[in-house]
Amino acid sequence: MSGLIVNRLNVSHGAIHALHDISFSVDPGQLAAVIGSNGAGKTTLLRTLSGLKDASSGIAQWDQREMLGVKPEDLVRRGISHVSEGKSVVPELTVKENLVLGGIWRSNKAETQESIDQVVELFPRLGERMSQSADTLSGGERQMLAIGRALVSRPKLLLLDEPSLGLAPLVIEQIFETINTFRTRMGLTVVLVEQNAMSALEIADIGVIINLGRVVAQGKASELINDPALRAAYLGY
Amino acid sequence: MQKVIETLLIGLTTGSIYALMSLAIVLVWRSTRVINFAQAGQAMFATYIGFEISSRSGVFWLGLLFAVVGGALLGAGVDYFFMRVLFKHANTGPAAVVAPVIATLGLLGLIRSVVGLTWGGEFRTIEAPASTDGYTIGSTTIPFSPLNALVIITVSLILIALAILFQRTNLGLALRASAYAPEIAKLAGIRTARTRTIGWAIAGGVGGVAGMLVSSNNFLSPYSLDLLLVFGFIAAVVGGLESMVGAVVGALVLGIGLTFILNYVGTSLVFIGGFTVLILVLLIKPDGIMAKGKGRRA
Repeated sequence: MSGLIVNRLNVSHGAIHALHDISFSVDPGQLAAVIGSNGAGKTTLLRTLSGLKDASSGIAQWDQREMLGVKPEDLVRRGISHVSEGKSVVPELTVKENLVLGGIWRSNKAETQESIDQVVELFPRLGERMSQSADTLSGGERQMLAIGRALVSRPKLLLLDEPSLGLAPLVIEQIFETINTFRTRMGLTVVLVEQNAMSALEIADIGVIINLGRVVAQGKASELINDPALRAAYLGY
Repeated sequence: MQKVIETLLIGLTTGSIYALMSLAIVLVWRSTRVINFAQAGQAMFATYIGFEISSRSGVFWLGLLFAVVGGALLGAGVDYFFMRVLFKHANTGPAAVVAPVIATLGLLGLIRSVVGLTWGGEFRTIEAPASTDGYTIGSTTIPFSPLNALVIITVSLILIALAILFQRTNLGLALRASAYAPEIAKLAGIRTARTRTIGWAIAGGVGGVAGMLVSSNNFLSPYSLDLLLVFGFIAAVVGGLESMVGAVVGALVLGIGLTFILNYVGTSLVFIGGFTVLILVLLIKPDGIMAKGKGRRA
């Protein structure tokens, strides 16, 4: 089976065991929401999958090839893009430069330009601000730019770390709508890490609920939403 | 009035050489977070290569070319064989901050010894590529010479080339992104370790030019570039350590300022002048004269 497979993944920060035997899988073209409170280990999970953090044991495969121990710059070339926590743009660079960055490893510049045009079509507000420096953007625009930069890399697997963090409700709604189209229109596989459980599960196919570094529940997103015990214990509404 | 203009022109010459050294320091600082004291040694080694080639061939520019290439290779080598290994072992706690700086000091001593063993400690002279006699305007001869003009032109061309490289090419974008946000650069697919080595190479090449220019019509010895390092470092701090434009502006301000002290006050106060500028900038605008009032980025 292809897609994303994570099996008995363990990760430590020094002496602290951050992730215990995490196992889940995401079929190609599915959107998985990884839900959990602050400190549950969601960010650590994504950082391990994108190669920024080393795992201590376990397996993580994308498209039937091992991801663990591979550098982030090589994973990008295999179609895995990570939008890290906190609007990952380079504030000192212009909007255009941030987008070009996503395709900088490719030798074909025309392809990069084509991808940038598609991103601008998706987020027209970025198109109006191409020559502005990224630190003049609003929080929502920065998140769009961070996602846009990842899309310019033409990923097949997109790892998104709390895209809603610190954004106004209306902007969050827009961002989630856009993420939903990645799967429906572009056929991307998406792992969406969120504290905003309800919004994330509404657009997800499957949900993985993490608490204190362990998977406490997983399954179809629609079923998780309606499970009263889970709602009370982990989803907080 | 004439003296003021003369002083400005000479100051501009001095400042433009400082600018190269301060750029080299800033380039390494931005990419690696290390103040590279070995820069003086690397530049000196490169200058000796340039001296060897230019004195044998009689062509200064051939020597300069070899100094650039030699400096760049040495810079890349220092990062690849030295800093990389160091960072692998000293990567946590206070050691990660202190060890690299101390190591560059040790490296400076090492390069000095190697140069001393190879070329000896005596003073060498690199023949200047242009006349050092001042221009004559009407009946008066001013201290500003064709060599001074050539230095300013050479440095200007190098600065323009660097500006194009950093602002207009993908390599420049990769260098800037890796310096500002290494993690995002990696996630965008940039091989940041390689990019960093390229940054060290550019710094090394630029340092080689600084060494050649400051040593032409002047003494070259294993210690002769130490002053250049000190003033280049002060200029870099004045410019805020982060900005390449700041490094150049800081160097020009320092060069002109020190030349005014030299011409109007006296030789003995040049050093005190330099350090006074450093202390004043650190006290009043620690982020450098180019800072826009924002906090320092980590």
